[in-house]
Amino acid sequence: MQFPILSVIVFTPMAAAMLILLIKSERKNEIRVTALAAASLALLLSLWVYFSYDKAVAGYQFVEKYNWMPMLGISLHFGVDGMSAPLVLLTGVVMFTGVLISWGLDDRPREFFAFLFILASGVFGVFASLDLFMLFFFYEIAVFPMYLLISIWGWIKTREYAAMKLTLYLFIGSVVSLIGALVMYWQSGLHTFDMLALEQAAFSPGFQKLWFPFVFFGFAVLGGIFPFHNWSPDGHVAAPTAVSMFHAGVLMKLGAFAALRVGIMLLPEGAKSWSWLIMGLALVNIVYGAFIAMVQTDFKYVIGFSSVSHMGLVMMGFSTLTRVGLTGAGVQMFSHGVMTALFFAAVGMVYDRAHTRDIPRLGGMVKPMPLVAVAFIIGGLVSMGMPGFSGFVAEFPIFMGIWQVRPLVAIIAAISIIVTAAYIMLVIRRVFFGSMPAEFEGHIGPVAVQDKVALVFLCVIMIGLGLFPSLMVPWVQTGVQHLLSLLGGA
Amino acid sequence: MNFLSSHLLTLILFFPVLAALVILFLPKDEVKAIRWTALVASLVPFGLSVLLWMRFDSSASGFQFVEQYPWYEAIHSTLHVGVDGLSLTMVLLTTLLTPLAILASFSIKERVKAYMILFLLLETGMLGVFLALDLLIFFVFWEIGLVPMYFLINQWGSEKGERVLWGKVKMQARNYASLKFMIYTMAGSLGLLLAIQMLGVLFQTYDLPSLYLKWNALEGTVMGLPVATVKAIAFWAFVVAFAVKVPVWPFHTWLPDAHTEAPTAGSMILAGVLLKLGAYGFLRLVLPLYPAEAQRFAGALAFLAVMAIVFGAFASYGQTDFKRLVAYSSVNHMGIVLLGIAAAAKVGLNNPDVALNLSKNIALNGAVLQMFNHGLSAAGMFFLVGVIYERTHTRNLNDFGGLFPLVPIYGGILLFTSMASLGLPGLNGFVSEFLVVRGAWPILTVYTAIAMLGLLFTGAYILKSIKQVLHGPLNEHWAHGEHRLTEINVREIVVMAPLMVLMLMIGIWPAWILDVINKAVMMLF
Repeated sequence: MQFPILSVIVFTPMAAAMLILLIKSERKNEIRVTALAAASLALLLSLWVYFSYDKAVAGYQFVEKYNWMPMLGISLHFGVDGMSAPLVLLTGVVMFTGVLISWGLDDRPREFFAFLFILASGVFGVFASLDLFMLFFFYEIAVFPMYLLISIWGWIKTREYAAMKLTLYLFIGSVVSLIGALVMYWQSGLHTFDMLALEQAAFSPGFQKLWFPFVFFGFAVLGGIFPFHNWSPDGHVAAPTAVSMFHAGVLMKLGAFAALRVGIMLLPEGAKSWSWLIMGLALVNIVYGAFIAMVQTDFKYVIGFSSVSHMGLVMMGFSTLTRVGLTGAGVQMFSHGVMTALFFAAVGMVYDRAHTRDIPRLGGMVKPMPLVAVAFIIGGLVSMGMPGFSGFVAEFPIFMGIWQVRPLVAIIAAISIIVTAAYIMLVIRRVFFGSMPAEFEGHIGPVAVQDKVALVFLCVIMIGLGLFPSLMVPWVQTGVQHLLSLLGGA
Repeated sequence: MNFLSSHLLTLILFFPVLAALVILFLPKDEVKAIRWTALVASLVPFGLSVLLWMRFDSSASGFQFVEQYPWYEAIHSTLHVGVDGLSLTMVLLTTLLTPLAILASFSIKERVKAYMILFLLLETGMLGVFLALDLLIFFVFWEIGLVPMYFLINQWGSEKGERVLWGKVKMQARNYASLKFMIYTMAGSLGLLLAIQMLGVLFQTYDLPSLYLKWNALEGTVMGLPVATVKAIAFWAFVVAFAVKVPVWPFHTWLPDAHTEAPTAGSMILAGVLLKLGAYGFLRLVLPLYPAEAQRFAGALAFLAVMAIVFGAFASYGQTDFKRLVAYSSVNHMGIVLLGIAAAAKVGLNNPDVALNLSKNIALNGAVLQMFNHGLSAAGMFFLVGVIYERTHTRNLNDFGGLFPLVPIYGGILLFTSMASLGLPGLNGFVSEFLVVRGAWPILTVYTAIAMLGLLFTGAYILKSIKQVLHGPLNEHWAHGEHRLTEINVREIVVMAPLMVLMLMIGIWPAWILDVINKAVMMLF
């Protein structure tokens, strides 16, 4: 039997969380080192999974299956395909950088890292699960620590409101999709939650059309689809830096990924008949999100709404149901995850030093923190879809996909590119350039080494992927191939 | 040697990036080392392009030194580069102007490291556009070039000046100018982006040579619309993107702002090379991809060109800011390029009339040569404005006057460059303008006649600037004491020398460059 690498990845953060809880709370440095060690291990393992995934063979690999509750047909069933391998890697990256960024956190780091790691386990679990029940199981595990992380360590002004709003939205969403999942379980008559079996269940078109919206939109709430997006900017803003990184970087992908895996893959006929609605809503996400981001005066809200806009592109890619569109969506999930993690890290660094996120009150930050400025600019360019960066590699195929389905939508969605460019450039100029307000003179400390490592790491990924799309696209393509075979044709 | 000739283009293309990486690891206080590294590094692509020029076989047809590497296989895009006479001329111009601009920036004192890195990245961006034989790669480099330029204007632009926007919001002029530059160009290229996506979806390839064939052979309907309609829309999408960059009236308003605020070297590159990207787009993409549409709308293009020539000249004459004057002169001169292109478009493909075909070729030759010439003279003019601005900290023409006796060498150089820009026979501007006018006359007689009147005003504004700077009563302010104007220094002369030599060379004996251009132009369209 091969080494159960996926279970190790999924349970490493969980084990580390337990271990951290055993350390005395005063011994903060040991806690941090343990956290970093666990995060590094998870990153290395996910890199290993990613690069040893055999693209020629494709399909689900590193499969493990243990019976968990045989009488209900539930098993602990892990495996990754070309769609989820990049997301596992993304989680590893965000976890690693998240720990580095939170190095200076001084308020109860023990509990903070423990909750963060439980959340990470949940996320890994969702991406690796091939069992519907387990997917829900890990999904809830991922959502719940979020509540604690935001309401305890969040921004004092809105943390309780935001934590409550976020949790309720997500639970409601997941309940709706759970209903859909249970209906599928009964309807299939297979007495199994195994998604590989359910993929072949051949539900009747009428059934699929009826239940697809439940499953898809339930999960899509977490993906930030309009009009269910408004928990997300509030949540982003209230969360502490590392949690925002997780939240926007990985958690929103969780929603999109689950919507894809459970919604589109299990109910392909439903996806076909509802794709017009997904496309319409995603279009609102993209354009409206960009405009709203432009008028924000809070630095973090700008990024929050930009996530809404960019996640719209992921949904848009799904809704095309074409090869290029889905490929683009897969890459966009990864690219946006890295980019937004970088954004929130940079915002956090500015906030930690200036103690304000009010854009008109900021300025001249490039002098004390040049690296942060450069990193933010690179993130901004990714977000604008500037060629040479990962955003372009992801967005371009999505747009090509839309062209194949509805050319008019492509033209409307393209407006967002200009709006995004405008708000990103304005934010960069107002926060990092210009003259620094007198109150900050001499008060802005330098950026720690860990922070620099994290930023450089994220930038290298985005530029690397932008220059060499073949570092990721072939993986995603194998996943898309499988998807298309489920959708029939192509 | 074998490696060199089989990878010549990629070496030229990516060497600046390599140099930028090296500079990234130099300590930022070693200003001298950074400057010299940048200069030497930018001379390498120049040396390589001279080599390219010599090895280029101007009698062969088609693209040469072609290299193709896989890039984005999922959407069938490859890193496909190659040169013909048209791109070769532009590559030479770019690699020539970049070291000169870097030398001109030796007077930059702040954040030299970031400045030089951006400059080298800019060079790669521009070269990529000229070398690309893949539509997506073309677009990639087209957009990449924007970013360094934005920051060059925004960070190293002139510090003075404010703009009052609507709602009485005040904004620093360089911020306004750089954002306007960025948004104008991006908004302009939006249609291009969409059209490129559509082409990619239709043909499953971005390879230019095969797109030329497939797109022109396309018949029937596309996405429910007749091909002719789709092509007309896509044609205008392409035209707008390139027209903004050229810039063609009425899309030109970003240009005076950007030029006025940009640092000297930034203006040199902006006028010298960046504007050529637009004109190059017309020649490389619009004419070959849309011969029928170009023919149909040639009148409109000619109208815009004439407007640019006439209004550019008038607007230039009306300026009191020396740099703005030169900026508007770019609108005027690039109008001539577009006039040549419009004339060629009007004749169209496979026209049986021999005389018209000859005129078409002459016009196109003139347009390409005018691109090269304007690159030389505009870069030179902007540099000379920069030279005097650095000494006097003013660009207001009314503040100067009678400076010739104080700075005779500078005065001589300014006079020489202005005359090249004016189109004095014996210097380069004359050759290309004459070719365009001669070529366009039988094809677009009325437009050309009006354009000639515009050219008259070219003379007027150039003489005006010379008079106000060099002649007339001496402004005593610059003659004595701490404000005493100092003569142009050796470094600055070194910047100007190659430009002046080329201006004279092309003016006296244009055949060496026209041979290369001519072959490409005949092939192209």
